[in-house]
Amino acid sequence: MLKVTLLAALALCAVGQKYNAGRAATPEEIKATDQFMAPDGTGLPPGKGTAAEGRETYSRRCARCHGQQGQGDEEGPLVGGKGTLATPKPLKTVGSFWPYATTIYDYVHRAMPFDNPGLLDANQTYSVVALILHMNGIIGEKDEMNAQTLPKVKMPNRDGFIRDTRPDTGKKKK
Amino acid sequence: MPTNPRRRFLQLSGVAALAGCSQQPDAKSAEEQLPSALGKPIRAYGERSSFETAKRAVPDLKRPQIGSTRTPLAETEGIITPSSLHFERHHAGVPDLDPAKHTLLLHGLVERPLVFTLADLKRLPSASHIYFVECSGNSGGEWKAPGGANAAAGFGLASCSEWTGVPLKILLEEAGVKKEGKWLVAEGADACKMSRSLPMEKALEDCLVAYAQNGEAIRPEQGYPLRLVVPGYEGNVNVKWLRQIKVVDQPNQTKDETSKYTDLLADGTSRQFTFLMDAKSVITYPSGGQKLSGPGFQEIRGLAWSGRGTIDRVDVSTDGGKTWQKATLQEPRLPKAFTRFRLPWTWDGKETQIQARAVDSTGYVQPSREELTEARGLNSAYHYNGIKSWAIATDGSVKNA
Ligand code: HEC
Repeated sequence: MLKVTLLAALALCAVGQKYNAGRAATPEEIKATDQFMAPDGTGLPPGKGTAAEGRETYSRRCARCHGQQGQGDEEGPLVGGKGTLATPKPLKTVGSFWPYATTIYDYVHRAMPFDNPGLLDANQTYSVVALILHMNGIIGEKDEMNAQTLPKVKMPNRDGFIRDTRPDTGKKKK
Repeated sequence: MPTNPRRRFLQLSGVAALAGCSQQPDAKSAEEQLPSALGKPIRAYGERSSFETAKRAVPDLKRPQIGSTRTPLAETEGIITPSSLHFERHHAGVPDLDPAKHTLLLHGLVERPLVFTLADLKRLPSASHIYFVECSGNSGGEWKAPGGANAAAGFGLASCSEWTGVPLKILLEEAGVKKEGKWLVAEGADACKMSRSLPMEKALEDCLVAYAQNGEAIRPEQGYPLRLVVPGYEGNVNVKWLRQIKVVDQPNQTKDETSKYTDLLADGTSRQFTFLMDAKSVITYPSGGQKLSGPGFQEIRGLAWSGRGTIDRVDVSTDGGKTWQKATLQEPRLPKAFTRFRLPWTWDGKETQIQARAVDSTGYVQPSREELTEARGLNSAYHYNGIKSWAIATDGSVKNA
């Protein structure tokens, strides 16, 4: 009898759980919610696109705010700034500053167009990402971006980042 | 003694004459202030006096969903920022989330992916702690030249609240983190699904999945109904409207940890994952935009904080940095929270500059502007914590220096 009650009590809590908190997530809800795309390509969806294919979507959905050539308009530029990072007027753009190409897909997919995020499908997103890379002179007009090729694009400022090396100030004063 | 009207009159004018030192001539006498009619009835949710005007200045923006408002630090007292005056920084507006429908998904490199409702979380062991939240862009305008005209403009992207929630460690233990799970990435339910990566070490140390702020539900602008509170780390990682946490083996390199919130150095390289907020302070009285009533006693007051621990000392200079005096620190001094400091001062009516310098429990001394810009150049944009000077003119007016 005692044995049975003990077993029942254990069964109430999933193994390893102290508080039996929350409920198990289903694979479907994880798939629907998880839209993270990691630098190694984890999470990138099937689909493909080239810069040439991206022009139409870009003109319709992005140019109003970022300029027809990505030079910036109502909002900041997506292009330019090469060689400016160590000058008094650094221009940080996708081309001059971003270390990973996967971040462009992740961000455009989650947040752009600003006033209607999530509007583009995977092919449109790959092609717009390809166009931004092409406008920055990083890939060719016909280079196909997909879940395999995008993580392999080496961004110009890939090696421009270091970890936190502080404290670099604040030494003891008498 | 029967009231003698003349004597009473003399007494009143005595009071009025004393009050006259600081009051406007048309101020009501104490007698006139006494209500002759009944006051307002009881009410369901309190509001401040109609005479109070402290506010977050709202800039005129083309897209008001992306921007910030600042805490009017010079108009707050003690160490708690009223929730209504806590600074705002949004990247895609404030979502209107129904707490009955909102859930938090915890998944990735865990044994048991879990979903929590608000009710699921609220029955778990909770904790309340007072912590500051500071945007790492706070005082960013000071990099090129000291610019903040007043305490709000220069320092108001920092606020301090009591946060209540479930320690993130409890949720991670319930899910069972796999040994490859060295980082996590947290995402909000705003339109841009703002997301940031965070080292597992910090997640297990002192982070909270918070549902309350200053004794009531978190305000919508602060992440209602759930926000991640990451004590002492830059504001942006305190993800608001928290909807999912994924345990991963490496940072996700989101836009807000690459393009933004990275610190460009003079040589063109950038520091990344500069989470900790270094020790900082600001004098809130006298501060920019205020005017001293005249020479004589003036209590200097201000706030100091550090993401590395407690504030152990605040030095104040009233002669432009030549000599320094130790300010009194208000207790309790809490780690990663605002600390209020005060120093009695008698202003001689001469032009001068006043400054404060915070020292934290790790011995870190708040740097001068020169020390900071020498180490990092002028392009860092984030994490400015140089000593601030306010200039006092002979007429008592206080300005940015
Ligand atoms: C209504 C105006 C608007 C439209 C349309 C728009 N954007 Fe944006 N975009 C913004 C704003 C505002 C930001 C800054 C967001 C922030 O700072 O959090 C931004 C930021 C970006 C960034 C990050 C830039 C950086 O260097 O940090 C990228 C990349 C981007 N947009 C791509 C796109 C693409 C691709 C499209 C079309 C699919 C698009 N945007 C359409 C307003 C817009």
